[in-house]
Amino acid sequence: MNAVPWLSLVVFLPWLGALLLWLWPKAPSGAVWTLSLAFSGSTLILGALALSCFDPSQSGYQFVERVPWIRTLGIDYHLGLDGMSLLLVLLTGIVAPLALIASLRRVARTRMLALLFLLLQGCALGVFLALDFFPWFIFWELSLVPAFFLIKVWGGPGAGRAAYTFVVITLAGSAGLLLAFAAIHGATGTMNFVDLARLRAEGELTLRLAEYGGTVPTLIFLGVLAGLAVKAPLFPFHAWMPPTYAEAPTGVTMFLTGVMSKMGVYGFFRILWPLFPGDLRDHSGPLLLLAMGGAILGALAALRQTDLKRMLAYSSLNHVSYCLVALFAAAGAVRGQIAAVEPALAGALVQAFNHGLSASALFFCVGVLEARGGGARGLNDFGGVRVAAPLLSLLCGVALFSSLGLPGLNGFVGEFLVFRGLFALSPWAAVAGTIALLATALFLLTFWQRVFHGSRSGVTAGAFADLDAGERAVLVPLVVLMVLLGVVPGLITGLINPLVTHWAASLPLS
Amino acid sequence: MSLLPWIPHLTFAGALLSLAAGTRSATAARVTALGTALVGMVLVAIGAVNFAPTSGLQTLVDVPWIQEMGIRYHLAVDGISLTLVVLTSLAAVAGILFSWTVEERVGEFFAFYLLLIGGVYGVFLSADVFLLFVFYEIAIVPKYFLIAGWGSTRREYGAMKLVLYSFAGSSLVLAGVLWTYGAGGADGFSLSALAEAATRLSHIETVVVFGLVFFGFATLAGLFPLHTWAPTGHVAAPTGASMLLAGVVMKLGAYGCLRVALPLFPDGFTAWQPVLGWLAVAGIVYAGLIALVQNDFKFVIGYSSVSHMGFVMLGLATGERAAVGGAVLQMFSHGVIAGLLFAVVGRMVYERTHTRDLTELQALPLHRLIPGAAGVFVIAGLASMGLPGFSGFPAELKILVGVWRVNVWWTVWAGLGVLVAGAFTLRVMQRAFFGQAGTDAAPVAESSSLAPLSLPEKTGAALLLGSTILIGLKPDLLLDWIMPALQSPAFHFAATKGGP
Repeated sequence: MNAVPWLSLVVFLPWLGALLLWLWPKAPSGAVWTLSLAFSGSTLILGALALSCFDPSQSGYQFVERVPWIRTLGIDYHLGLDGMSLLLVLLTGIVAPLALIASLRRVARTRMLALLFLLLQGCALGVFLALDFFPWFIFWELSLVPAFFLIKVWGGPGAGRAAYTFVVITLAGSAGLLLAFAAIHGATGTMNFVDLARLRAEGELTLRLAEYGGTVPTLIFLGVLAGLAVKAPLFPFHAWMPPTYAEAPTGVTMFLTGVMSKMGVYGFFRILWPLFPGDLRDHSGPLLLLAMGGAILGALAALRQTDLKRMLAYSSLNHVSYCLVALFAAAGAVRGQIAAVEPALAGALVQAFNHGLSASALFFCVGVLEARGGGARGLNDFGGVRVAAPLLSLLCGVALFSSLGLPGLNGFVGEFLVFRGLFALSPWAAVAGTIALLATALFLLTFWQRVFHGSRSGVTAGAFADLDAGERAVLVPLVVLMVLLGVVPGLITGLINPLVTHWAASLPLS
Repeated sequence: MSLLPWIPHLTFAGALLSLAAGTRSATAARVTALGTALVGMVLVAIGAVNFAPTSGLQTLVDVPWIQEMGIRYHLAVDGISLTLVVLTSLAAVAGILFSWTVEERVGEFFAFYLLLIGGVYGVFLSADVFLLFVFYEIAIVPKYFLIAGWGSTRREYGAMKLVLYSFAGSSLVLAGVLWTYGAGGADGFSLSALAEAATRLSHIETVVVFGLVFFGFATLAGLFPLHTWAPTGHVAAPTGASMLLAGVVMKLGAYGCLRVALPLFPDGFTAWQPVLGWLAVAGIVYAGLIALVQNDFKFVIGYSSVSHMGFVMLGLATGERAAVGGAVLQMFSHGVIAGLLFAVVGRMVYERTHTRDLTELQALPLHRLIPGAAGVFVIAGLASMGLPGFSGFPAELKILVGVWRVNVWWTVWAGLGVLVAGAFTLRVMQRAFFGQAGTDAAPVAESSSLAPLSLPEKTGAALLLGSTILIGLKPDLLLDWIMPALQSPAFHFAATKGGP
């Protein structure tokens, strides 16, 4: 136990900011900006601090805080940080303040927006750091509330419906999670991820769940899977995603895709991998098929979109699916393929991180175009932006090519690792995945060509301003990171290598 | 010496005082009623602080009453009754705060109100079934007058239906109890004497008598398909009364099932168990789906109450200790949350806009006009959806833990119920508070200056919201009372099913 509860600070500082804003109803706009950015930025500062004190050679949890909470239910307040959590805390620290800047620009009622945004940020951080189901689920579920209102109140014309669909579908998944963990609690008396992982490693968890008999253990697995699959999303649980991403205001979409979709991926690694390795292995075939379906169909659907925001939404489905492809392929590994497991898992995490950067940058670029176009954001509404706004074109171009997986940019690292693992683990999936990569390249290049090249037409025909200072402040850091992590990928792979080795070693091989 | 046994009588006295004060001024009656409820709350708090959880009932008073029949005036408390007594005291105070604007015959209103509360306190504290029954009837009668006298939509119909259902239910209970008393040859009406007499009944008799007593009580708990009095009654009732109906009166039924039906006739319960479980899940899902398509704001909340009480009945139907404990916690949780939801609909929204029609409300940007009400409803709605961090979550979790052990399919249906609850709560929240403004300019202009929340409203909302969040974050406060109480031999029906 540390003297200072660092992780609690990480989680609750954004909430403290929200509380202050709530208590200050007459806050002037300038104060709202300063206050909310300071509290949103606290994550990055504390994350960097944690990074400097973090021992990357360990696979266990660090900075652990654990105090009893609800004795009668065996629930602890339990926070801890490992390489994966740290990576995602850093990602939140980077994306959240930038998304907040993007949100606060050009809206009325900034105080309420900042308040909800800080609540959402705290929830995401809580999910990445909580190690007991009860606090974890509080953060997981509570995150829906600010997300719902951010989408509904500040979103586009169809936002009400999109927000409702988003929350109801997510709740359906959550009901599965809740039922599954009720069963686990009934069988073991605990819902603590660490304790359950230990029970699983000892073989005890499987035995206890088997006492329910019949197909119940499989149902429990499917319940957890459903909750996580909706959030990530895993094809075909993605129906909520395109309308939500398209209708939400730019800054919120940045956060949804950059951070919240990672909550699902995180859950796969934190809960399913250690607790249900046997079920994951048994179902890895169909699951891999679904994830591959998401990658391919996501890319094909993106090709068909004329709305740039919807195109990027499907592109997100495509990219996040690669994380899951790697995970499921690794889960189904057999003896002799063990060497391929590590790069696949590392690739999944790196891909999650990189997608967070590039997708939020791209959604921001579309937001910039949309603001110039007075709400128009069709693929054919622009043309020749390269001439009109060279800086925007440069930065957006880097983000596009990073998303496409160009070597030298960060996107390449994740995809390379994923495919390096995949070719050994499941050659057919690797081949199919390569085709999907081609489709990805195709729609991203279409985006690039239609919007940035050609003659100035449509919106671009009139006056078209390049990035202003605020927009540069959002986009430049993201793009710099893309280049940096493309050149020095060791900065992030170093954090997760011991963890990945540990995961690979715990695999039940058949 | 605990002061708990005086609470029912103090409340009855307060009823008389309110009636008297009402002849002078409305304010005097209000203050008297509030004062009575607050004194009751203080006494409950003192009793709760001094309460040491044990496995059996702790006798408070036990004196002979009608000696020829062995009826005793026997009040006792354990963790379960104390939980519900605390709930009653909270609901009583909050209900009075939200009835502050009653203007007609104020003294009478609060007299009936406190009479009902006193009866409810009495039921939760009775250890003699005859005494329990007397208090039970005292609680039923004022409901009729409250609804018929101060109600709204089809109030005579709603009041009559509710009271007929209640009387039908209580006569089933009475028949069952008398049968046990007579056929089993009991020497009194105490729970232990009746339990002993019940063992002398034949198996068939036990099954029949359990059915009579359980369904008699379950009528008031809103068990599907005996629930139909609840939505119409809730809708017809004035705000304070619908808060009490959903908040505590439905709990009387569930409490009766738990305190009388299940412990006395464990064999009957075993025979009926599959039916009870399926009826409970049917109620959860059916009422939830009905709530999803209602166009009257209050009907949505009325059906949601039935759906949530389905979880209580499901917990009882498992006959599994964790789930029964969860059911008691759910009684508390639902009492607080449903009371709050009815307060928002009836007092905060209806009295300002004079409509409960969701289509009309949709035309008003209520989140701008009365942001306080919108805020309260959003938080109460989240609590009602069973989100973690609120009292409903640990309750549902414990119930589900038990249901898994008993019947997987009940679990699946209950899970569907959780989802439906989320959907209808979200739908009504969106329609009622976050509708698009300005499509029809006239109503907006007319109501563009709605009064902000008054002090009684804020206090009442804070009291109830604070309770649900406190118990959501620290359910041990109540579970430490409830779980030891379930260790009592009286609840051995719940001990039979194993599990870690």
